[in-house]
Amino acid sequence: MSILSLHDLTVRYRHTVAVDRVDLVVPEGQIVGLVGESGSGKSSIARAVVGLAPVSGGRIALDGRDLPRRGRRRPVQMVFQDPYSSLDPRMTVGDSIAEAIPHRLGRAARRSEVERLLHLVHLDPARAGHRPGQLSGGQRQRVALARALAGRPEVLIADEITSALDVSVQGAILNLVRDMQRELGLSMLFISHNLAVVRYVASRIAVMYQGRIVEEGPTAEVLADPRDDYTRQLLAAVPTGAGGRRPVRSAESGCD
Amino acid sequence: MKNWSRAVRTPLGLTGFGLLALTLFTAVFAPLLWGHQATSFDTDNMLAGASAQHWFGTDNLGRDIFFRVLVATRLSIALAVSATAISVAVGIVLGSAPMLLGRWLGRPIIGLVNTVVAFPGLLLVLFFAVVFGVGAQGAVLAVGFAGAPVFARLCHTLMAGVAGRDFVAAARVSGVGSGRILIRHVLPNIAEPLMVNATIGAGGVLLSFAGLSFLGLGVQSPAYDWGRMMQDGLTGIYVHPLAALAPGAAVIIAGLAFNLSGEAVARSLGVQIDVPWRAAVTPRRRRAPAAGARTGPDTDTDLVLDVRDLRVAFPHGDAEISPVRGVTFQVHRGEAVGIVGESGSGKSLTALAVADLLEFPARVDAERLTFLGADLRDGTGHRHLLGTSLAVVFQDPMTSFNPAHRVGAQLAEAARAHQRATRAQAWQRAVDRLRAVRIPDPRRRARQYPFEFSGGMRQRAMIGMGLMGTPKLIVADEPTTALDVTVQRQVLDMLQEVRAADGVAVILISHDVSVIAEVCDRVLVMYAGRVVEDLPAGELADGARHPYTRALVAAVPDMRSDIDAPLATIPGQPVDPAHVPAGCAYAARCPLADDRCRAQDPPLRTAADRSRVACWHAGEPLPILSDLAALEVDA
Amino acid sequence: MSATPAAAAEPGRATAWWQNRWVRFAARRLLRLLVSLWVLVTAAFFMVHLVPGDPVRAALGPLAAADVVAARRHALGLDDRLLVQYWHFLRDLCTGQLGDSIGTQLPVGQIIGQRLPATAELALLAFAVAMAIAIPLGAAIAALTRHGRARRTELAFAGSSVVLGAVPDFVLGVLLVFVFAVQLHWLPVAGRDAPSSYVLPVLALAIGPAAILSRIVRVEMLAVLDTDYLRTARAKRLSGLRIHLVHALPNAVTATLTLSGLLLGSLVAGTVLVENVFAWPGLGSSIVGSITNKDFPLVQGTVLVYGIGVLLINTVVDVALAVLDPRSTIGVD
Repeated sequence: MSILSLHDLTVRYRHTVAVDRVDLVVPEGQIVGLVGESGSGKSSIARAVVGLAPVSGGRIALDGRDLPRRGRRRPVQMVFQDPYSSLDPRMTVGDSIAEAIPHRLGRAARRSEVERLLHLVHLDPARAGHRPGQLSGGQRQRVALARALAGRPEVLIADEITSALDVSVQGAILNLVRDMQRELGLSMLFISHNLAVVRYVASRIAVMYQGRIVEEGPTAEVLADPRDDYTRQLLAAVPTGAGGRRPVRSAESGCD
Repeated sequence: MKNWSRAVRTPLGLTGFGLLALTLFTAVFAPLLWGHQATSFDTDNMLAGASAQHWFGTDNLGRDIFFRVLVATRLSIALAVSATAISVAVGIVLGSAPMLLGRWLGRPIIGLVNTVVAFPGLLLVLFFAVVFGVGAQGAVLAVGFAGAPVFARLCHTLMAGVAGRDFVAAARVSGVGSGRILIRHVLPNIAEPLMVNATIGAGGVLLSFAGLSFLGLGVQSPAYDWGRMMQDGLTGIYVHPLAALAPGAAVIIAGLAFNLSGEAVARSLGVQIDVPWRAAVTPRRRRAPAAGARTGPDTDTDLVLDVRDLRVAFPHGDAEISPVRGVTFQVHRGEAVGIVGESGSGKSLTALAVADLLEFPARVDAERLTFLGADLRDGTGHRHLLGTSLAVVFQDPMTSFNPAHRVGAQLAEAARAHQRATRAQAWQRAVDRLRAVRIPDPRRRARQYPFEFSGGMRQRAMIGMGLMGTPKLIVADEPTTALDVTVQRQVLDMLQEVRAADGVAVILISHDVSVIAEVCDRVLVMYAGRVVEDLPAGELADGARHPYTRALVAAVPDMRSDIDAPLATIPGQPVDPAHVPAGCAYAARCPLADDRCRAQDPPLRTAADRSRVACWHAGEPLPILSDLAALEVDA
Repeated sequence: MSATPAAAAEPGRATAWWQNRWVRFAARRLLRLLVSLWVLVTAAFFMVHLVPGDPVRAALGPLAAADVVAARRHALGLDDRLLVQYWHFLRDLCTGQLGDSIGTQLPVGQIIGQRLPATAELALLAFAVAMAIAIPLGAAIAALTRHGRARRTELAFAGSSVVLGAVPDFVLGVLLVFVFAVQLHWLPVAGRDAPSSYVLPVLALAIGPAAILSRIVRVEMLAVLDTDYLRTARAKRLSGLRIHLVHALPNAVTATLTLSGLLLGSLVAGTVLVENVFAWPGLGSSIVGSITNKDFPLVQGTVLVYGIGVLLINTVVDVALAVLDPRSTIGVD
């Protein structure tokens, strides 16, 4: 597997700078968690890497070489947030997955590849003939994962893949992500607004604020000893689930 | 196609498609059957009125008007359909320009289309009629090209809608090319709305055509369509009104045929006639059961809310479904009660029912539903009490303010309605309340519109709105779900502060166990419309006894979860309120379930420490979770 | 993505005058008006040149002498180069010159000046009538029939509005003439003099749009009644009247207004047909004659006047929308 590295990456939309000269490395076989609030630029990074957003400056490289962002073969694949929108409602699950297989295969080979992928995400291969409308949110997200894996990616980007799911399903998807990373040795950029989720899956963590990465390091270190002010704020804000009534804080919470 | 056949079975569709079939049938067969009668001269009967021989009379050459109207169907329909075909074809080509040609070429084309669309169709028709000349062929081209911009814009809008969906992005990411995306993903997903609009459009084209021929710019003698016949008939309307009215009626019927058919399909496509879950004005209540009516007055002066056996039902087809099935709880002064559960567990409906915000056709029944001693079951008599003492905070602060009014005015009107405050007093209080929820520069902010506020500020302003009166209870339905963590923190702190300062009770609905655990004193866990466990919030992590509660807590990682162990999963899917199984509703997903669970619904039993649980196996150890993880867990 | 609307209004940020959203809105809207105007003028110019063959020959007929045709071509400037013609056309337009009618030899401006008031009067009256019927009716029906209440009322409304909306204005005109003029003798058949002569043409024009618009108002009102902010209004326990009139109606009308611009536009075009039914001395009865007679300067002038009318209507609607709904000033085109 490979190293994904961003150097000085800038993404600009019309008048706003969404990503501001970001340097980030996803090391081989590791999951890097990217956290930050909505509008901080996390998703723009993801979309820039897979070629869905314009790169206004900087460089995206895979193992030191420029990453191809066009053409049939895409070594970086992405799983989207909303499994209700990321699967074509008129296509069977099998067709959606097969479409993402980069090389041409015979009918039988294609079918067995689809079956292999469905099995990989713990879905019954018989689901290949179903349409997304017949599946639950968690199952759809598994299909989306299988489709991303169909491209035999070297790096996988997961953009808020659990936030549209019900609590009871989130855990299963997170378990799956961890299993797959271990089994396939995938490198992965795991984007989430939820620190607890990132803490659970990622070995390294990068904190984003207003288009910049303000802190990056091994997960345990960053969480135990945050250096940046914003990281500290973020950590303080996470509901601890400590139970009982928290002491009421005084006037320190200002405006946003 | 399923939608089309379903549409035919509705009364609207039946009428529409019936008329359409009749029209098309006439168009095909009338010239063959009655072509002769329509053109033969009856010189003895020129301009005759209706008679047994000529049902609608004759025209100035003695030709039978009834048969002429029937025979004219073919030309009228053929012209309309060909013009529509031109419109749709040109429209698709123009509309897909940005997708195929790229943004630089596509955008000016769409810009031009948008400019031309602003001009009314008839004006464009006249313009093209000049260009293409007077006559049937010119008219087809004129009407066809005049209709093209509308379809171009429609195609463009539909395509942009589909192209913006993630599945198109996903196809791009896996390297599928633009042309292939257009054919495989975009066109199939816009085909149906496009056909519906083309059908309705054909009705409109038919009318344009009739208009053009009526003006003498369309079909020329000796050919005739309905518009032409109307023009010929209009001059003699005093002597012989049917000559103008009969073709007019034909135009209307054919137009309706296309319109109704399209409309019927459109309805079956777009409009969900499912259960209006989010419905909410004055609920129609059933009479309270006699037993409930006899319950004595409260002696507990600290009791804010008392709910017993609350049920919410909706009509569902011919039957009824009950997403809330017998919920009982009490809220005391200054107490914070959390309600957790998956989506569809009935937690939000419970909150809305308690806040008296459910509307027809929802039906709310309860053995007891009292707020500050007032019986909320007896209708609308408590407007001022609820208006001043019960505040509600909703999930999405972006949509919960009226975009047309200033924020201050939206706060002030509550004081105007319930406290007989003057305009100036109410405004003063609104500014004061905005200050109380820490909106900076509240005087200026009060004069702003909601869209000028950020999400967190709106949610605080919403709390401020609740503070316009003297609330005793705040019902907050997922108040922080739409907000970022840091903003969530501010809103939760704000709620805590209000509660501490005035002893206001809070009902907090959330799917997030850690939020509930942090803010609340007590938690109600809901599953399939029932409370399955009621326990102190501090015991959520370790002291929960219901297997569902325990799974819910273990399924979501928090900052203390063991990162080396797999997370718990809950197999299966939540219960569909239309098919609630016998016995315990959770049995199908529960690792502890046995035959008794599947047969008998466990009652909610109160333990010595006043916590409650509804489970035959409460507190028993759960089997090792990782064994289950390999299964298809959310089948 | 990261720019929320709220970011535009952070406290304490100094804003220059060109950043004021009203200024920006006005500038953008004016630009759009100018572009549309240019498209219209250019289209009107090319309309004549797109006619196959020689327009003058077409106008004067196959029997006219060749030198007469050539002289007329020269008089109309049709033998100049296309760009020169275009330039002259624009120049004349700016000084208000629309040329002379081929048929009557009268200045086109004069003909239009005589006929425009009758058409404008008809269109505006019909629009006012349509709005006055549609908004209260649609809103009331929505409030009454929500969530499947009063099924019969809804059915009667839906049925009659669909039928009335599908009847083209000129057919309705003929029907009205037959019933109220021919049969009952209550109102005049045609012409424009006494106030009573206005009734039928205005109704013929207004009823269809009123039916369509009232359905739209109903749908919009139903959508607004289901919004989160209406639930907020209910949570404030306001009176039903206040909820409907103060909170729901303005938002429903805002959405309706966008469509009413289009409707008013098509109503302007509808006058062409209705004027022909009622022999109304407006632009509509002259444009048809001029198209069949190939009186191109007159056609050009009339099309321009109709087009400009429609553009002005759209601009007025957008401005009204901006006043009613401040959010619409910050949108992107």
